[in-house]
This record gives sequence, C-alpha cells and structure tokens, in this order.
Amino acid sequence: MQRIIVVGNGMVGHRFIDEALTQSGSFQLTTFSEEPRLAYDRVQLSSYFSGATVDDLMMTSESYYDEKGVEYFINDRVASIDRSAKTITTTQGRTESYDKLVLATGSTPFVPPIPRPDDEAAKQHILVYRTIEDLEAMKASAKQSKVGVVIGGGLLGLEAAKALKDLGLQTHVVEFAPRLMAVQIDQSGGDILRSKIEELGVHVHTDKNTQAIEPGEDTRYLMKFADGSVLETDMILFSAGIRPQDQLARDCELAIGPRGGIAINDQCQTSDPDIYAVGECALWDGKIFGLVAPGYSMAKVASAHLSGDAAASFQGADMSTKLKLMGVDVASIGDAHAQTEGALSYSLCDEAKQVYKKVVTNAAGDKLLGAILVGDASDYGAWLQLYLNDMTLPVAPEYLLVPSTEEGAASAGMGVEALPDTAQICSCYDVTKGQIAQAVKDGATTMADIKSCTGAATGCGGCSALANQVLNSELEKLGVEVSSAICEHFDYSRQELADIVKVKQIRSFEQLLEECGSGHGCEICKPAVGSILASFWNDYVLEDEHIGLQDTNDIFLGNMQKDGTYSVVPRIAGGEITPDMLMVIAEVAKEFDLYTKITGGQRIDLFGAQLHELPLIWQKLCDAGFETGHAYGKSVRTVKSCVGSTWCRYGVQDSVGMAILLENRYKGLRSPHKLKFAVSGCTRECAEAQSKDIGVIATDAGWALYVCGNGGMRPRHADLFASDLDDVTLMRYIDRILMFYVRTADRLQRTSVWMENLEGGLDYLKQVVIDDSLNLCDELEADMSRVVENYQCEWKTTLSDDKKLQRFRQFVNADGSDPQLQYVRERGQRRPATEDERRIDIVEVR
Amino acid sequence: MQASKWFDICDKSILSPNTGVCALVDGKQIAVFWESKNDQLYAISNYCPFSKTHSLSRGLIGDSKGELLVASPLYKQRFSLQTGQCLDDQAISVPVYPVRETKGRIEISLD
Repeated sequence: MQRIIVVGNGMVGHRFIDEALTQSGSFQLTTFSEEPRLAYDRVQLSSYFSGATVDDLMMTSESYYDEKGVEYFINDRVASIDRSAKTITTTQGRTESYDKLVLATGSTPFVPPIPRPDDEAAKQHILVYRTIEDLEAMKASAKQSKVGVVIGGGLLGLEAAKALKDLGLQTHVVEFAPRLMAVQIDQSGGDILRSKIEELGVHVHTDKNTQAIEPGEDTRYLMKFADGSVLETDMILFSAGIRPQDQLARDCELAIGPRGGIAINDQCQTSDPDIYAVGECALWDGKIFGLVAPGYSMAKVASAHLSGDAAASFQGADMSTKLKLMGVDVASIGDAHAQTEGALSYSLCDEAKQVYKKVVTNAAGDKLLGAILVGDASDYGAWLQLYLNDMTLPVAPEYLLVPSTEEGAASAGMGVEALPDTAQICSCYDVTKGQIAQAVKDGATTMADIKSCTGAATGCGGCSALANQVLNSELEKLGVEVSSAICEHFDYSRQELADIVKVKQIRSFEQLLEECGSGHGCEICKPAVGSILASFWNDYVLEDEHIGLQDTNDIFLGNMQKDGTYSVVPRIAGGEITPDMLMVIAEVAKEFDLYTKITGGQRIDLFGAQLHELPLIWQKLCDAGFETGHAYGKSVRTVKSCVGSTWCRYGVQDSVGMAILLENRYKGLRSPHKLKFAVSGCTRECAEAQSKDIGVIATDAGWALYVCGNGGMRPRHADLFASDLDDVTLMRYIDRILMFYVRTADRLQRTSVWMENLEGGLDYLKQVVIDDSLNLCDELEADMSRVVENYQCEWKTTLSDDKKLQRFRQFVNADGSDPQLQYVRERGQRRPATEDERRIDIVEVR
Repeated sequence: MQASKWFDICDKSILSPNTGVCALVDGKQIAVFWESKNDQLYAISNYCPFSKTHSLSRGLIGDSKGELLVASPLYKQRFSLQTGQCLDDQAISVPVYPVRETKGRIEISLD
C-alpha cells in the first residue's frame, strides 16, 4: 500500500483526495491543514456576508474522511520535507514518512511593500481576504469602522468590496491599473463596469499607486497616493493578487520558477518524481493558474498518474471566466485583449443599457479567438463554445454583437446540433455534449434525469439552458415523441382533460384523479385542472376540495412578489374611477404603507401587503364597493379603454361604456392563461386594442372585433375577426371565442399561440364561431352564461368565512409578521431591500 | 435518552386539505402540510433557499414518482416532504422536523 501525504487541505487538496479515493490503487491517504478546519469553498467566500454559514461553505467533513479512512490533521502545518529520508515534519512535531507527497499548499495574498503602521491595531484593521479567519477579522474590524478600502480592483478585490458593502461600510476600491479587472477586460469594458459598480455606491479610484498608509485624523488611517491625492479610511483590505505558497519546496530545493511557483511537468510531478504539486502553488509551462477549475484538472491528473495511468497529462486550462460581481455580469473569453497576431476586434458599447461587448477574431474573421462581456453576459455560453471548439462563426463577427432583428436567427445559426460531441457543456463538472447524448440514449428524458446521471447544471447552474437544448435536440434525434400528456399523473393533454371534465361532469380534482389519473397530482396538473374546473363550474376557488389546486397567487387571492409579500389590485372596470373611490385606494395604501403604482391595464397596484394584512385591506376596499381585480388569476384581467365619444371629439362610439360592460361580463373567467381586452372609441385606436386577446374598435356602424393579439414577450397583432357588429352580436361572438379557447387551448397557452396552432387558423375559428360548423355554439354560450351567473367576488366570499380567514396569517400559532422582511424608502415609497442593502442576513436558523 | 419535547401548534381542524401553514416554534419558521388522502402530516423548514424567503408553507403539494413534494411558490423548485431534499438540485436540502397529531392537536418537535 502506497502512503500518500497531501500537504494542504484546500479546495484542490481535497479534490485530489476525492479523486484518489475513486482510483483503483490502494493508498493510505494522510492530509495536513494549517487552518482550523478541513476544506471549504473559497470561491464562495463572500457569501459568508450574505447569509452563508461556515457549514454551508464546507466541502468535506471529518466524518466523511473517517468513513473513507483518510487520516487528517488540522491546525498543523507541514514545516519541512526531508527528501532523502522521505519524511515530513510538522510544526506540532509530528514526523511522518511518505511514498509519494502531494503539495497543495495554494497561495497567499500578495501584500505590496507599502510603509504602514505595524502595531496591534494594524493587525486588526489592515487585513487580507483569503480564509474564514480573515472574514471573521473583517467582521470584527467592520464593527469599529465606518469606511473601508480594498486595495486591488481585480476579481477578488471586487468580491472583497462586496463583502465590505455587505458589512455596511462606506466602501472604496483602489486600483493601480487604469481600470478594474485589468487582466480580464479592456478599458471600455472597465469603464462600464466602473460606472455600474459606482451606481451601487462603491467608490472606485483607478490609476492610484499607494505610497504610504499613515495614522489619520478623523479616520483611523490616511492613504497617500503617488499623484498627491489622499483617502481616509478606518480599515484596509489587501487584495492585490496572489503568490504561490512555495516555501516548503524552496527549503527542500525543488525546482522553483524565476518568479515563484513549484515547477511541474505534464504529470504534475515536481523536479522530484515522488513529489507532485497541484493548484495555485504549482507552475506549469511558466504559468500559475489562479482559478479553481485548472487546479481540479491537476488533481485529477496527479491522482491518475499516481495510480499508474502513465497517459494522464495536464494540458493547460482555459482561463475564460464568467462571474457576477455585485450583480454585474462580467465575462472574458480567450484572447480578450487581441494579442494574437493579425487578430481583429469588434466591439459594441451601449451606454444607455450599460452593456459592453467585444469579440476578437482571427484575420479571416471566421473564428472566435476571444471576447469580453460586461453588463450582459447572456452570450457567454454560446461564444465560449465557438471559441473552445474552434468553430466557424455562424454569422459575420459584427452580427454576434447585435441582437438579430429576426428573433432567434443568430442563436438558431449556432444551434446545439452544430456542436461537436467533445464540446464541454458544464464546466463545473466537465460534462460534454457527448455525455449528455449518451445519457439520453440510456434513457434520460428530463433535465432532472440529466442532472442526476451526468451532474451537468448542478454546479453554478449557468449551463442549464444549454444543457436543456442539448437534451431536447438529442431526444428529437432519437425520434422520441414528446408526449402530450400534461404530467406523470394524467395520460391526457389539457384539452382532453377539459373534455373529460365537461362530458363526465366532474366537479373536483379527486374525482378526476379517480376517473383517469394516478398519484397525488403535482404543481403542473393541479393548477391546470383547478383552472378547468373554475372555467366550467366557477365554484369558489378556496373551497376545501379546490384550495389545494390553487397556485401561488390564487391560493391567497393576491400576487406574490419576490419577498413573499403580496400586491393588491382592486377592479377598476374600463379604467373609470370616481375621485371618491380613488381616495379610498389612497387611504388604504397610506394606512398600510403600500407601494403604489399605476398598471398598464389602467388600474392601481398596491404592493407590500403581508398575509395578515390582506383581509384588513380588502375589508376596507370591499366596504367602499371595490371588488377583486383577479390580477392573481389566469383569468380575465382588464378591459382597457380610451375615453371615446363621450368626451373625445373624434370618438364614434362610447368605448368606456362598452369596456365596462365587457369587463363586468367576463370578470373572473378562469382560462388557460390570462386574458386582456381593450376597447377603442375610433380608428385612432388609443386603447391599443390590436395588441390584446380581445380587441374592440368602434366604427361608424358598430364594432370591429379583433382577436388573439398579444403584447409582452412575443407581440402579435390581433386579427380582424368581424366588423360592424352590434352590441349583442359582439358579445355573443366573444362568449363563443373565449369558451372555445378555454376548452381547446393548452395549459398556459395565450390566445395568440393557440390561434397559431389551431389547424385552419382564423378561418377555422370563424367557421366555428360565426357559421357554427361544429354545432357547438349553443353549448359554448350556455357555458359562458353559467360562468357569468356564478360570478362572485372571491374576496367578499372570503371575508365572510372565518375559517378561510384563519389562513391569512404568517403563523398559524402566533400573531405578527415575518421578521425577515426589510424595506428601504425610495422616491417617497417603500420597496424591498436588496441583498446588498439588507442589514440582517436572511438565514435559516438551524 | 431524554424524551422528545413536543410543541403544541394548533387544532388540526383549522387546516385545509392538501395545503400548508407556517408555525413559529422557538423562533424557527416551520411549514406544516396536511396530505389529506392518506391523512399524513409533514413538517419542513419554511425557508426557501432559492428565493431566500420564508414561503414554502405557501407552496403547492403533490408527488413525483410517489415522492411527496412541495413546490416553492416563487420559483417552483420542488422539495421532498419526507427528507427535505430538493428534487431539482441535489446540493440543496431543507431541514425536516417530526410532527404528529395528538387528540386533534398538531405538535412539532425540534429534535
């Protein structure tokens, strides 16, 4: 049995152990860490200040090593190596012999030799950023400081600046170079990054050469720069780069690079073949790799070589990187600075959107050599594939920069089909397209399958969209028919389920499940069936047999916002409201301190209501005569209108009156997706009816009906369905169209997509609705009149039901509100605090 | 071994079938679910690590291949009611707690 000692238990040292445990060779593994704990995730260090605990950061545990028979010593540093005796000696006086030694000592922060105080206080307030102990020191110092400075505007420096910001300090970043992240991005990218970071309240000082740190007057320290300027601060954090920790290797005379680093060959062996070095302490081909992924590759190679795999070889690593710094996307690929001979650069700087993009190509302009993205890194995945696989560009380089006018044309040009099998999809777990394809051949059909059998998309998650595309394209290749079944609980599509509910007069989910389903149901089928039941029978959605089907918003009759509170939207039919009613809304908003905003549907949205406040708010609104606006439902929302012939000198019909009539008729109709209406009083179309599911435009002789328009993500102009309709015919047609949609559309399918998928399209719909070709119109109208007759204001019903009201509490066993909610005031109203602004972290107390 | 300490929460009759409520137990927010078909109770942390809100009690419950789950109300990640394991991300799980019914009252233990 070979005895292997791993010096250092950081991320890479631990990875080596994990790799070695999977090898067939029999090893006795021993590891030493100078830190008081085993390996933790240094990449995520800054999350310690936004809620993560030490436990969250840990990558292994003592019990795991015990179970695997790995011997470990913490708080004990290897102090010397005796290569002839093949032993090591530690600071605690242990001497252990080895057959093979693996150096994974990592790096230390580089602290430039700037004259500075060297007293007890300096030890507490002039710090570095590398270990959990450093973080604890930062926390302690921050308590006694108001201003903090990070020296170094690189990747780690900006991470550290975020940490200082999270600690509530006035934060400055001081950078020697003329821009931030000088290694990864260029001046234009740096400018955008700088302005975005400054927007977040971090002060950035570039071109600053710190010459001295002296005691300050109002603050603890005064920093003096070469250009004569000064900066006052209470604490200073050095993050000016790293230096390989190679002292051990120097002392035992292993080969060291001219500027430090333990020289290794392709097998990760040092100049002594029994000693390996991996990670940031190792120097390969004159390069130190300051990212974790290359370190992991080295760990893999070293462990394979140690187990007898002579072919294992480290071949360098791609240093492309994408990260989010204080919420700003930054990415850099390959030769970002166009240093390759003949390289051409193309760039786009959008100052309005604060986005910078640059691509670097070969002289012929058909291969990507490098790229920079700041402010929007959504192209990173696709571009990285072009670069890594040396693919021919699908479009001219300039078109990579500008989103194509033909939606999706550019991305279609780089479809996943074009990627070779060797293309790496997930860089965290090194999963290739070929591995995903194999998983699909082996039976994987969902992203969950892909995640569990390949590990793809389970790290940073950045590749999940790409992985999903590969999954779908592979499924298609295999000719797998994508089942129309709604989910695993029903072998039927939504349309089939709707027919079953209708024909068999099914009144509850339980009944339907017994009739044609299995299991308990899920978050897909329950809301879909809940919607179908509501469309046909229009029962109170919070009845015991329906309540469990209601999705996030419906179940509490409010729109859940990102912080878990709700917004409240009373119905304002047609957008017409009296001053008295406006005052009621204003009073309620004021009393509950609700953020107030006018919606696009001509009504008023009140944000920030907690569960227990919803009934109090609605009691006041209902008492004043308001009804629920159903903004939370997949249902009819609003009927927008222009002021029409009543006031407008051009109007030819009373568009407000018609809008109110339509809104009151169809309010509360549950449907496969939300429905929006508008009525314009003349052909000028001020209500934008042609972008609505149902659009009505006044003509001299009546009304023109437009159908299946859509704003939003994929706008679609509505189609003219019929003209010069009288009021009654207009409503009859709308009744039929809506009910036909309710019966035949897919789950979450807007009318626009439904129409496009309807075989025969508009003409077919006209035949069904106008000519009654299916002999269905009586039934459709009867269905609609039942819905209209059964309308109830769900809030009014809820307010009169004590048992239902009991659900509107944060805690079932205590009064009060969620203590985790935090707000800041902006432009005179409150809004949720951002993660950076939160003073108390949201943490799960275990 | 010391017997578990059980905290009295509420009367079971106030629960609605196949939904959750949030209990405040010793400063912790705990989501309690009642699956009515088999009359089973489940308790997991109310904290959703994805949205960083205390909201899981307001999620929809169901099953995936027989495993009972709750889907986070904000971004729909699914968590096993039995183990707290996230079904959409192996690296994530939330704590689960013992829960029982005693004479019509719901009780939770923090053990």
